[in-house]
Amino acid sequence: MKNLAKIVKTTVALVSAFAVAFTATGCTGAKSAKSKKEGLKITNVSYDPTRELYAAYNEEFKKQYKKDNGKDVEIVQSHGGSGSQARSVVEGAEADVVTLALANDIALIEKAGLIDGGWIDEFDLDSSPYTSTIVFLVRKGNDKDIKDWDDLVKSGVEVITPDPKSSGGAMWNFLAAWQFATDKFGGDEAKTKDFMSKLYGNVTVMDSGARGATTTFVENGQGDVLIAWENEAIATLKEYPDDYEMITPSISILAQPSVAIVDENAKKDGTEKLCKAYLEGLYTDWAQEIIAENGYRPSNEEILKKHSKDFNLDIKLCNINDFGGWSKAYEDFFADGAIFDEIYKK
Amino acid sequence: MKKKKARQRRVIPGFSLSMGVTITLLSLIILIPLASILVYSLKLKPAEFIKVITDEAVLWSFATSILCALIAAIINCIFGTMLAWVLVRYDFPGKQILDGLIEIPFTLPTAVAGITLSKMYSTTGEIGKPLSKLGIEVSYTHLGLIVALIFVGIPFVVRAIQPVLQKFDVQYEEAAQMLGASPIRTFMKVIFPELRPAMLTGFGLAFARGIGEYGSVIYISGNNAKEHTQVVSYIIMQKLNYLDYGSATAIALVMLIISFLLLLFVNIVQVKQSRRTNNV
Repeated sequence: MKNLAKIVKTTVALVSAFAVAFTATGCTGAKSAKSKKEGLKITNVSYDPTRELYAAYNEEFKKQYKKDNGKDVEIVQSHGGSGSQARSVVEGAEADVVTLALANDIALIEKAGLIDGGWIDEFDLDSSPYTSTIVFLVRKGNDKDIKDWDDLVKSGVEVITPDPKSSGGAMWNFLAAWQFATDKFGGDEAKTKDFMSKLYGNVTVMDSGARGATTTFVENGQGDVLIAWENEAIATLKEYPDDYEMITPSISILAQPSVAIVDENAKKDGTEKLCKAYLEGLYTDWAQEIIAENGYRPSNEEILKKHSKDFNLDIKLCNINDFGGWSKAYEDFFADGAIFDEIYKK
Repeated sequence: MKKKKARQRRVIPGFSLSMGVTITLLSLIILIPLASILVYSLKLKPAEFIKVITDEAVLWSFATSILCALIAAIINCIFGTMLAWVLVRYDFPGKQILDGLIEIPFTLPTAVAGITLSKMYSTTGEIGKPLSKLGIEVSYTHLGLIVALIFVGIPFVVRAIQPVLQKFDVQYEEAAQMLGASPIRTFMKVIFPELRPAMLTGFGLAFARGIGEYGSVIYISGNNAKEHTQVVSYIIMQKLNYLDYGSATAIALVMLIISFLLLLFVNIVQVKQSRRTNNV
């Protein structure tokens, strides 16, 4: 009995010691955040393929900001799968701005109360300073003669695309194909579903994310065609110009990666003005040039036209609003038991 | 009599302190997080909970995870025992290095292992290519999944068996041999019973590790719902990526219960085994 009392006492003492230690580090953490303020530092939480883009943009932005405001700023980059990056922000990662693959991931952060409603109108063009689309990457020579979505459902064609149930970005791929089939069959839903069934029946490896799918296709040599972001395809072509070809289908989707200020964190860090300048900066001419050089479609029409040899501008593009916005698209297609499950099980 | 009984003397004092530290750490690191899983998953209504865990893909993933981990653990048991035997009983150049290599799966980030294995065993990889000529595909099938689980599980078995073998007196084997037992009989009747508890420990650990494994499996399994190569941890990540904490923790809870029961079973068998061996 005496022992038990002692154990309880030590346990209580230790737990409180831990609690004190935690709050202490919490305090110093808050303090250091404050001292950082003088040196102005923001964290940009982004998705995988934007690493090079933001490395280049940050460099230039720092120079511009110094010129205009006479202050040095530090920008920390963080990259990962778009969905897991959104989750990490919800769970408390220090992000002042987020630049993610799709509006839906930012909406998740909004739902957690960290971003104020109406963020999508805060910056021009639905807060999408750059866009991209979904294209095909095939092996040099294009042995299977793949030209459009039709060719992906032929028997014997092996398709690589990530799992839309696991990767938000992969939802773009699905929706682009769906739009093609809807147009082809004049809106006949049964035929469209059948088409999608065949297409996903040809998928031999379904990775958990876009990066994994690229690895499977490029490094492990699986499949005949990779359904990929245009910017990823352009990056792959730059790296292996002799091994792959990019094919643009007749119809695709306008993929709009979105940006937003994480209001709650920016307020706390006192970086709201800087964040705004940082994201607005993406729309300036020099930034749009950097964007185009990195394989993303600039939102500035003139600069896009200037780079028209890099991007196929004849491709017919639908966008997410044709599907009633992200939350509806998610419910209709990707929730448990929705259309994706249905066509995949067939 | 009363006085004498009051205090049991221990060589190292401070029972209450060490026990206090133990309970504190256990709570902070294991018990509280586990309790939070329970709390989170209970946020779902019972009907929702049932719907989540009885979903076809989820049920298949349970079967996949458990069966593949089981097969991998069995293979590890046999292969690991052999490995431990070689390491303990024979002297050969490079023995120390081989012994150190065993622990690589512990230290290597599992994602690195997964990507490397999937590349090596894919139809264009160094090992996968000759195998595919024989009609065996490893990467993106259950076989690949098992290969990855063997990789992460092998050190558990080897490290469980090694110390037992080291202590095992060679004289028993010699006695059995002199009494006319065949090598197989010697192994089955003399060596195996001694090793059995350690093998079971190794088996239990490798099995438990395999059921929950994520990093190494995700790149090699192909995560195909049709081929049923999705593992439970993958399904949990699917839910987490859409911030569906309720469903994710519900599946995790069921997983925890299954793992707990399986480990309990292994432990009971192990305790019975060691009791029997010690009594003989």
